[in-house]
Amino acid sequence: MGFAMEGIVPSMKAKLVSFCQALSRDLIRLFGVVSLLLLIALAIAPAKDHFSEWRHYQQQYLRLIHDRGDAVTLQRHFQGGIRQIWLPDLGVVDRCQSCHTGLDEASLVDVSTQPFRRHPPIPHRLDEFGCVVCHRGQGAATTVTEAHHSTLAREEPLLPARYIEASCGQCHHVALPGTPKLNEGRELLARYGCVRCHQIRLPDGSTMATTDQPPPLTHIADKTTREWIYAWLKDPASYAASATMPNFQLSDADARDISAFLMANSEPLPADIAPAAATKSSPAPDPAAGASLYGEAFCASCHAVQNAAGNLVGGDLGPELTRVGTKVKPEWLQAWLRDPRTYNSHTLMPRYRWTDQQLKVVSGYVESKTDPDFLTNVHVEPATPQQIAHGKALVTEYGCAVCHEIRGIQKPENFAPELSRIGSKPLAQLVFLPGMQQALPDYLAAKIRRPRAFGATLRMPQYSFTADQADALTTALLSLTDRSFTLPSRLQIPSPQISTYQPAGHAGKLMAELNCFACHRINGRGGDMAPDLTWEGSAVQRQWLDDFLKNPNTLRPALIRRMPKFNLSDSERADLTDYFMTVYQTADIDRDSTPITGYSPALVEQGRQLFYSKYACQSCHMVNPQQDKGYIGPPLTQVGSRLNAAWVFHWLKNPQALRPGTMEPNQNMSDEDAGALTAFLMAQKTPATREAKR
Amino acid sequence: MRRIQWLSGALALALAAGCTRHPASAPALHATATGSAIAESSGGKQLGTPGAMLPQPLVVQVNDSQGNAVTGALVRFSAPVGMSFDPAESLTDSSGQVTTNVTLGAVSGRYELIAASNDKDGKELVLKITELAAGYQQQLGYELQDQYCARCHDQESSPQRVSNYDNLAEKPHSFTEGETLNKLSDSDLIAIISHGGPALNRSALMPPYGATLSKADIQALIAYIRLVSDPPWRVTGVVYAQR
Repeated sequence: MGFAMEGIVPSMKAKLVSFCQALSRDLIRLFGVVSLLLLIALAIAPAKDHFSEWRHYQQQYLRLIHDRGDAVTLQRHFQGGIRQIWLPDLGVVDRCQSCHTGLDEASLVDVSTQPFRRHPPIPHRLDEFGCVVCHRGQGAATTVTEAHHSTLAREEPLLPARYIEASCGQCHHVALPGTPKLNEGRELLARYGCVRCHQIRLPDGSTMATTDQPPPLTHIADKTTREWIYAWLKDPASYAASATMPNFQLSDADARDISAFLMANSEPLPADIAPAAATKSSPAPDPAAGASLYGEAFCASCHAVQNAAGNLVGGDLGPELTRVGTKVKPEWLQAWLRDPRTYNSHTLMPRYRWTDQQLKVVSGYVESKTDPDFLTNVHVEPATPQQIAHGKALVTEYGCAVCHEIRGIQKPENFAPELSRIGSKPLAQLVFLPGMQQALPDYLAAKIRRPRAFGATLRMPQYSFTADQADALTTALLSLTDRSFTLPSRLQIPSPQISTYQPAGHAGKLMAELNCFACHRINGRGGDMAPDLTWEGSAVQRQWLDDFLKNPNTLRPALIRRMPKFNLSDSERADLTDYFMTVYQTADIDRDSTPITGYSPALVEQGRQLFYSKYACQSCHMVNPQQDKGYIGPPLTQVGSRLNAAWVFHWLKNPQALRPGTMEPNQNMSDEDAGALTAFLMAQKTPATREAKR
Repeated sequence: MRRIQWLSGALALALAAGCTRHPASAPALHATATGSAIAESSGGKQLGTPGAMLPQPLVVQVNDSQGNAVTGALVRFSAPVGMSFDPAESLTDSSGQVTTNVTLGAVSGRYELIAASNDKDGKELVLKITELAAGYQQQLGYELQDQYCARCHDQESSPQRVSNYDNLAEKPHSFTEGETLNKLSDSDLIAIISHGGPALNRSALMPPYGATLSKADIQALIAYIRLVSDPPWRVTGVVYAQR
C-alpha cells in the first residue's frame, strides 16, 4: 500500500504541475476554473444552511403532519426557518422551536416522537418565559448537541426531567400544589437542620428558616447518662428510627471523649426546680392506669412509638419514645412532665397541669418503654481531663453548637458553605468522584447520599435519606439559581412571611405554656395539625369554648390526632376564653347580628329540606345520628350550641373564604337558602340546652 | 460525553419506534429452572415522576404448573427505551420472586413494560405491566383529588384517613374505573365537577366545585382521571374529514 502511494503521489504532482502550466498559458480556461471555484465557495454557505439539523427536523415534521386529518391547520401554523423567542429582561434567546415545531399544537396530543411532541400543559406561556428558564441548556444554539449537552464549563446542560420542579422554585418560594417534590425538599432542608450549617439566602433578602428543635445540652447530665450519649453519638438511628440527628461516623474514642465533655460541661438545674430524688423510691404505679393516661393526654398526637411490626405509630412533632426509658432519668422525667419549659424554654411540649399522682403514673408508664439491649455493649471508663479537653475540641470541630446550645461554646457563624446559589454552580468548581456522571444534579445527589465519600476528613455527617428524599433535596437545591436573583420585577414573587405573632397578657403567657402554636395556627404563626384559630371568637359560642377547654371532646371522630386535656383551672380557662372571644374575631362577621335561637319552625323545616335534598349535606355531615352517616365533616348534632349563627351563615355562603383549602365547596348559595339552613342548623342544640330552655 | 449525546438521541428516536428491546449488556445469567406462569406480586400501576425511579420496587413471581414458586428462573424486563431497570434481568429467589427498581422515561403518560421468562420448552412467558408517569398537570390533579375528592371516591380507609365511601347512599366511582369514566367526555366531567351530580342527572351527594376550583384545577383533575383510568383512556383527538 505504502509503495503504491509513493509511486502515485509524484506522478499526480507532475500532472497537476503540467495542468497549471497549461492553464497559465490559456487565459480563458483559467477564468473558467477560477469562476467555478468561486461558485463552489459561494455555494458552501447556503448548502451548510440547507443541510442543517433543524431543516432536517422541519422536513420530518412536515412529512409527519402531511397525512393527518388536521394537516391544513397545522401547515398554516407552521413557520419555516429559525424560530426564536427573545425576552431581553430574562436574558432569553431561545431557538428551540426551530426543531421542536409542534410545542404549541394542542392537536398533536397523540404524537410521542421527539422533537415534535406537544408541550404538556403548564400554567405558563412559552412566549412569555421561553424554554431555558425551566429546562436550562443553550437556547441560542442551533444544533442538538450544542443546545442540549454543552460541555463548556460556564454553560449548563439540560436539566433532567426528574428535577424539573426545581425550575418552578426559582420564582415560587411558597409551596405550590403542583410541585410536591420541591415542597418536600424544602421541608427536609428545614427539618433536618441543613440550613443551620449551610445558610440559604432567598432573593428577597430573607434566609430559609429551620423547623427542627435540637434540645439545649446545658443540663444534659440531669437528663440522661453518659452511656446513652455515647450510644446515641455512635448511631442516632439505632436509638430512634425517626431521629433527625445525623450520624457523624465518630470513632469509639471520639464518641467517648465528646460524651465525657458533655457530661463534665453540664450544669445542674437550679436547686428549686431540680428534680426531687425522693419520688424515685415511691411504689411502682399501675401500668394500665399509665397507658390510659398516656392515651387520654393524646401523647401519641406528637410522639411516635414503634409497634411490633417495626412501624412508627404516632405524630412526629416530638421525639420518638420507643426506648425512652433507656434514655431519661426518672427524676428528670417527672420534672420535665411537670414543667417542660424550665429545662428547655423553646420546647413544643405543653405544660399539662397534672397532679403529683398523675405525674407518677404517666412518668412510670413512659419510663417502662425500655430497650434492655440498647446499652448492654456500652462501657465507658470514667473520663480523664485529657479526654474532656479533646471532647471539647471535637465539639468545636464538628460544629455541635450550630444546632445545640452548649455552655461555654460559641455558636459558629457560617459553619458550612452557603448554598444560596448552589443550583448554578459551575461544573469547573466541582470535584467529581471517579466514574461519576459529570453533572451538577448527580454531584448534589451523591453528596447528599454519601457526603464522606468526597473525603474522609469532611465534617458533613451521614443522613439516612431514602432515594425519594435525596431526589427531593436535590430538586430543592437545584432551584437556588443565579437566575432567581436576577429576575425582572414583574416575575418576583415574595417569599412567605414568617409571622412572629405573640398573644398578649396573661392569656398570651398561658398560650405559650400550653404551646397552642405547636398545633394551631393563629395570625399566620403556628402548626397545621389542628384548626386555624385566627377567627375562633367569631366562630364559636363562649359557653361552648369554656366547656371544650374544660373537657375537649372531639369534634371530628374520624381524626386520630386530638386536643389533649390540660386540666386548666377555672380562672385560667376564663382568661383564655375571654381572650379568644375578644381578640380572635374577623371584622367581616358581626357575631351579634344574627340570633342563635328563635327561628320559626317553618324556616327550620325549609332548612331541613335544603339540607337533605338540594345540598345533600348528609353525605359528609350527620345531624340525626340514627339516620345520617356522613363522617368526613364534623357531626352537626349539637352545632346550634357550638357555633354562632352569623358564622354559620357566612360559612355556608363561602367556606373557602373563612378557611382556605377546606374540603367543603363554595356552593354559590343564595342568601335565602343560607338563611334557612342556618335556622335549621342552629336548631340542633345539646340536650342540656334544650332542657334548660324548656 | 459523546456517548450520552448518542444515547439521548437514540432515546428520542426510539420513543417514536415504540417498543424495542434493551440490548443485553450484563454478563448472561443462566436459568437453573423454568416455570410455567409469570405473575405480578406488587409494584404495578404506580404513579411516579417522569425520569425518576418509582417509589416502590416491582416484584414479579414465577410459578410452575402446580402454582408453586420456582427458584432460579430467569426473568428479563424490557420496555420502551428511556425506561430502565435495576437489574434488567435476574434469577428468581427462594420465594420465586424477582425484584427490580424501575426508572420511568422522561415524558409523562402510561408506560407498558414487559417481564418475560421461558418455560421448559423455551416458549416465552410474557407479563405486561403498566406504570404511570404524572407530568405537571396530572401531578396537580393528583394533589387536588387527594385534598377534595379522595375521601369519598377512594374506598381505601385507614385509621389516619377514614374513607366516607361506605357511608354514602349512592356510591361514587373510583377514578380508575375506566369502564364508566371513559364514557364521559371532558365536557361532561367539567360539568359534573363544576355543577355537581345533578348537572348530569346524577346524585346530589356529589357537590359542585365550580366556585372552589379554578378551570385549570378542573382540567388538572381530568388529566389525572384520564391517566389512571383502567382500561386506559384513548385520546381520540379532533376528527377531520379525510382529504
